[in-house]
Amino acid sequence: MENGFSSPRNESFPAGLRVLVVDDDPTWLKILEKMLKKCSYDVTTCHLARDALTLLRERKDGYDIVISDVNMPDMDGFKLLEHVGLEMDLPVIMMSVDGETSKVMKGVQHGACDYLLKPIRMKELRNIWQHVFRKKIHEIRDIESHDSMDVLQMSINGSDLSDDGYMFGEDLNSGRKRKDYENKNDDKDFGDHSSPKKHRVVWSVDLHQKFVKAVNQIGFDNNIGHELHWTSTTFLPLRLISPFISTQQQLDLMRHIRLLQHWLLISPIFKLMAVKDLWNEAAACFIFPSNGAMTYSVCLAEVGPKKILDLMNVPWLTRENVASHLQKYRLYLSRLQKEPDSKALGGTKHSDLTPKDPAASFALQSSINLNQSDAANSYQFCGSNFLGQDVDIKHLEGDVKGIVSETKRTLTADVTSPLKTKNSQSFSHSFVHEAEVNYSAFDSTSWSENPEQEHKPLLQLEDGYSQLSPHGPHHIHNDQLQADPSISSVISLTGRDISGSIEIKPLYTEYKSKHVSHVSPAESVVDTIPVQPKSHPVIHQSFEPISTAILSMKSQGLSCITDIESCQRNLILASDTNFAAFNEDLTVWLPGDCYSMTFGQNFDFTEYNNDPGFMAELPFHLYDTFSDYHLDATECPIVDQGLFIA
Amino acid sequence: MQMLQGYLDEQFIQLEELQDDENPNFVEEIVTLFFNDSARLLQNIEQTLVSGPIDFAKLDNYMHQFKGSSSSIGAKRVKNGCTRFKDYYMAGNAEGCIRTFLQVKREHAILRTKLEAYFQLARQAGPSVIPRGQVR
Repeated sequence: MENGFSSPRNESFPAGLRVLVVDDDPTWLKILEKMLKKCSYDVTTCHLARDALTLLRERKDGYDIVISDVNMPDMDGFKLLEHVGLEMDLPVIMMSVDGETSKVMKGVQHGACDYLLKPIRMKELRNIWQHVFRKKIHEIRDIESHDSMDVLQMSINGSDLSDDGYMFGEDLNSGRKRKDYENKNDDKDFGDHSSPKKHRVVWSVDLHQKFVKAVNQIGFDNNIGHELHWTSTTFLPLRLISPFISTQQQLDLMRHIRLLQHWLLISPIFKLMAVKDLWNEAAACFIFPSNGAMTYSVCLAEVGPKKILDLMNVPWLTRENVASHLQKYRLYLSRLQKEPDSKALGGTKHSDLTPKDPAASFALQSSINLNQSDAANSYQFCGSNFLGQDVDIKHLEGDVKGIVSETKRTLTADVTSPLKTKNSQSFSHSFVHEAEVNYSAFDSTSWSENPEQEHKPLLQLEDGYSQLSPHGPHHIHNDQLQADPSISSVISLTGRDISGSIEIKPLYTEYKSKHVSHVSPAESVVDTIPVQPKSHPVIHQSFEPISTAILSMKSQGLSCITDIESCQRNLILASDTNFAAFNEDLTVWLPGDCYSMTFGQNFDFTEYNNDPGFMAELPFHLYDTFSDYHLDATECPIVDQGLFIA
Repeated sequence: MQMLQGYLDEQFIQLEELQDDENPNFVEEIVTLFFNDSARLLQNIEQTLVSGPIDFAKLDNYMHQFKGSSSSIGAKRVKNGCTRFKDYYMAGNAEGCIRTFLQVKREHAILRTKLEAYFQLARQAGPSVIPRGQVR
């Protein structure tokens, strides 16, 4: 759907609002049609849910809102709700003569933006345009706040945070914690940060937003391949490229991604590949393998501090400030890229992960299975997540879905992408940060591989899911504590799944036993998280808290898709406590318990959290997912505030 | 109209308000649609009742549909009957279920008769003379 309210189908919005009404009761259908016509809306009626879906699919941008009854013979209203949210990312209003709280709650959980009781009053219908409007606003907001979140993440993870006096908002407790740990362990990782201690620049939310705006502006201006076209390349997490593309493009991309996720869910023939982006260039595209080359690509050009400074127009800011901030931002982005992998890696233990932990499964799956042809599995997995229903992530196997359906997915996707890029075609230059790439690849596979094997995942891109070289032994790799990020990312991905607590547990345990304290970040980490687990990962798996927290994705399921972004974001935000733990642990998002881990993380899991990711929310709330893992865009928490640096 | 008092609620008035030049017989059309559809539903229910052991879950499903449908024209008594049915169903009271269903069926028939008479009168009185706010 295009920017509805900005594109005036009619100047006199909400008149002309395109409503699709679905109800098996012919009497109600006729009444509603008449009522909506009286509101000057453009009404289309449907007797059957499947007809409605067909209509919606045929005319992608043909409707603004859907009103559907809950009890229908051919398809459960909630199911329809999920589909609509997932595929079309439209607001859906449920109706029923039954006002039972549990039913209403179910509706909300599945992403309904409202629940009307029959008999329905005219005034209730007159107001439905607000849902359309609100959704648009949220999408835009998510897109924008997404940037902040990312940055925030970066700040949190950067080892020089303390130096620069970065501070995080309340919701970034975990970030803080992580920061502490990181400070101790990570200095070497962030060698490239050049913020001078002497001169504290406080990157407030506003300032950062100005920064991102400038970056975007430049990126946009310099952008060569800006048009979103379909190519067969790899996939980058939307969050990485979103700063560089316009809002409309982001919305389109998100929708595409959501759709992609949905397809992945329903069809095992698609594979999602990821490619790493470069510092200076971000390329994002995703692929539909083989058959139809539905890929999406966006290229960005380089941005430099001087230009950013000029655009920002903040008198007291120096070029050095911007340069260092830019560096961090890049680190953040790169970390985001890697993290998906690492998170995914965490998934190697997916066997351990109990399916019931959707979040976990996603994470793991994505990382692990990407390579495998678990596609089927993953698809399954995704599917369930997508539907938000109870995210039953069976296992991350091929969590492709996770990637898809969850905002996080994108993260993982990213991770692998670097790897892939190597092999893939399009971004030959994208391996600029190969190290990072490896790192990220590593991350994802870290769980399962040894540092030396880092490169393996890369190679695997070919298949599309190199992300984590799942094939590797699933053992936790010491050096690659980096896996944490992946885990976190993984988790964040799964965040979507509110129902499941991430069961990363097994991973950690294993991790613990295997690599108790050996962390040699140096090799693998390019700049990412120095895996130095200071202490044994005690992370005991209780990812649960995190997953739940993070995942506040709300079971929105489909609607989540839209919220997926938000979910992602929320993921991060939600699990503040978790985050903290996470940082330490390196890998996994682990729930609050993670605090005990001290691995180093630098993984910015905040990022992940905030990273709406490509999740679709199932629903193609792409944006939502990006911004917060909440499935519900409206629910995205805090993300924006994250950036505050005191 | 007096004769309909107590049988219909505000929804019926809403329908009357929806009637306009574009749909001058809107209310009657809706009512006709309702009775045709509900007759079909009632038939399904009867089938459920007479063919072997009663599938109460299925019956409940039908009654739920019936309730939704009756709410469309504001058929108050019919709708209340469906609510009572639900209570009996939830309580596992088979006899209560059957009993309330029969009540619902009866109310439905009574309403049909009344509305037919109502529209007949309205037609005789002339077009667009549907008293508003009289059916309470």
